[in-house]
Amino acid sequence: MNTVFSLWSSQKGRNLIVQLLMVAGFLGLVWWLVDNTVANLARQNVATGFGFLENNTGFDINQKLIAYDESSSYQRLLLVGLLNTAIVSVLGIFFATLIGFMVGLARLSDNWLVSKLAFLYVEIFRNLPLLIQILFWYVLLIEILPHPRNSFALGDMFFLNNRGLYLPWFTSLSGGNIVLWAIALFGVGWFFVSRQAQKRRELTGQKSSYTRHYFILGVIALAGYLSLWGVPFEPNLPALKGFNFRGGLSFTPEFVALLVALSLYTASFIAEIVRAGVLCVAKGQFEAAKALGLPTNVAMNKVIIPQAMRVIIPPLTSQYLNLTKNSSLAAAIAYPELVSVFAGTALNQTGQAVEIIFITMSIYLFLSLLTSFLMNIYNARVALVEK
Amino acid sequence: MNFLKWPGVKVSKVGLFSFVSFFLFLALAHLQSAKADTTLDLVKKRGELSCGVSQGLQGFSAPDDKGRWHGIDVDFCRAVAVAVLGDAEAVKIVPLSAKVRFTALQSGEIDLLARNTTWTMHRDTALGIQFVGVNYYDGQGFIVRKDIGVTNARELDGASICVNAGTTTELNVADFFRSNGMDYEISSYEKSEEAVAAYDAGRCDAYTTDQSGLYAQRQRLIDPDAHMVLPDVISKEPLSPVVRQGDDVWADVVRWVHYAMLNAEELGVNAQNVDKLQESINPSIRRLLGVEGAYGESLGLDNKWAARIIRKVGNYGESFDRNLGAGSQLKIERGLNALWSNGGLQFAPPIR
Repeated sequence: MNTVFSLWSSQKGRNLIVQLLMVAGFLGLVWWLVDNTVANLARQNVATGFGFLENNTGFDINQKLIAYDESSSYQRLLLVGLLNTAIVSVLGIFFATLIGFMVGLARLSDNWLVSKLAFLYVEIFRNLPLLIQILFWYVLLIEILPHPRNSFALGDMFFLNNRGLYLPWFTSLSGGNIVLWAIALFGVGWFFVSRQAQKRRELTGQKSSYTRHYFILGVIALAGYLSLWGVPFEPNLPALKGFNFRGGLSFTPEFVALLVALSLYTASFIAEIVRAGVLCVAKGQFEAAKALGLPTNVAMNKVIIPQAMRVIIPPLTSQYLNLTKNSSLAAAIAYPELVSVFAGTALNQTGQAVEIIFITMSIYLFLSLLTSFLMNIYNARVALVEK
Repeated sequence: MNFLKWPGVKVSKVGLFSFVSFFLFLALAHLQSAKADTTLDLVKKRGELSCGVSQGLQGFSAPDDKGRWHGIDVDFCRAVAVAVLGDAEAVKIVPLSAKVRFTALQSGEIDLLARNTTWTMHRDTALGIQFVGVNYYDGQGFIVRKDIGVTNARELDGASICVNAGTTTELNVADFFRSNGMDYEISSYEKSEEAVAAYDAGRCDAYTTDQSGLYAQRQRLIDPDAHMVLPDVISKEPLSPVVRQGDDVWADVVRWVHYAMLNAEELGVNAQNVDKLQESINPSIRRLLGVEGAYGESLGLDNKWAARIIRKVGNYGESFDRNLGAGSQLKIERGLNALWSNGGLQFAPPIR
């Protein structure tokens, strides 16, 4: 008791005690919420716990990047949904950035028509609700495009109909996967080699031939493998069998509609962010670049954009996060992403709302924190370094 | 609340006060949550029944052009309301998607779920809900365009199928194709109208749901005559109203509302003759209408509960005819839903 009194008599001690009480209070609140929920669910005889993740789902979904069928578990379903969310988000971020930068720079163009078209684009796409846009593209795709039997075809290889877009693809034979991994590894190596090349150029001022040599080496290795063991791939062409096309690489109209809507919508915000970023760079920078004789595009790429990036990156991160979270609107058009298949169908089939919503929220939190983390690394690299 | 600041913490009186009251609040909330009324008491106190139905399935529950809801499920909601509250209009109709229906019931947002919901073992045992009695015996089927040249479900190998997400139909269709070694592509929509619209636009070769739903949805297609319902029935779908588990008093009320409507049909009591039959000498009718015995009181209602249901809503046969049968656009046969005495499955325990 004495120690408590002596603690209380000093400012620091009082602070400590109050802080501890606050922490205890917060933990108590969490405990109370969890305890209450569990007790109430038990009282209502609702199944609880995460055991259901092992059970088989009993239903199928129409886009899966990994093996999945009716006998797969809910765990597997979660992964399938997560991958579907991830693929549409990653591709959406890529296209939205591309379109956003083009439109944003176009808005700053001296050309009246280009500038006004970009203005029109931004005002249309950022002022319509995203759900309406998703439904618009989806209805457009399934209403306008023909039935599989009357598909638009390009040389018996490319097909477009209201069940999807079908492209020629390939199947790996034995050794095919090794070659694919080797090519991927080569790509990673390219990144390091080109960095070395740049370092050398900055150091010596001479152009280096590292990347050229690396490339030639890669081509020789590939050609050597192919001539020795043959091509380990086989073309896989889409063909009409019964009701639908089978084979090839296919994209469902749900996926295409969602990707188009997310990209165009987010691009309109990114365009404004890019414009703001460029306008933030002092005019003198551009004039100085011109005075040095740099052509406009070089001045833009080497002087203006790198400085604009410092302003662009933080709000751009928010847009990336928005895009990922907005992909959950896809439930309306039957695109099987995380919210639709897991927090929707799986929740209803198992009835375990609390657990499923908890898992889903944790995953979105993880995805968002991951995106923020990567963007923060990038931000730290482009940020102004004070000397 | 400057005591929240870190690390320069100072204890203020306001801070301490809010801190203490926060704990008092928690303690009070805990006491509050310990007491609970039965659903019957809650409904009586509120003066209104909150009833979950589908978002629009003709024959079961759908709004007309004036916004009034009709259908066999809506009739059931009104029957419960008139039995408990004496007013068939004291119902708050809550349209629910298939996905959220059980959560709405579990959380107490609705008192009763009458939403063409299939009675399955998993739902009955793991969701904390209770099915009270089958008010429609159904089975799952397919609807296709006539011009695709399919005459039965076995010919659907490789087809695209549109379905409402989170339903038993989604599971049955998977079972059907898997057990027959057939391939298919499924598109699961959040709402049934989205699934039907996608089917109508040609996104899918077939739309699947309960047979009754197929006939109802066909009316809403752009050209109903270009489509046909395949003869195959691939599942058993006993559709039943649902209540929360652990409230036996309320479950009894809802169950006996259904049985009262069946008994009324069996005894030939309907909306037209119910008042005249108060003087009937048939003891079964006298018990049903509360002239003899105290059957309503033992339910926690008054003895005229069943008479009110029949007067305002009608017996089971009347409700069926008006919404699904000969008196409706759907013209669905009674079939399995005929009374047991007519070769069907509808069989109610006697009131005695």
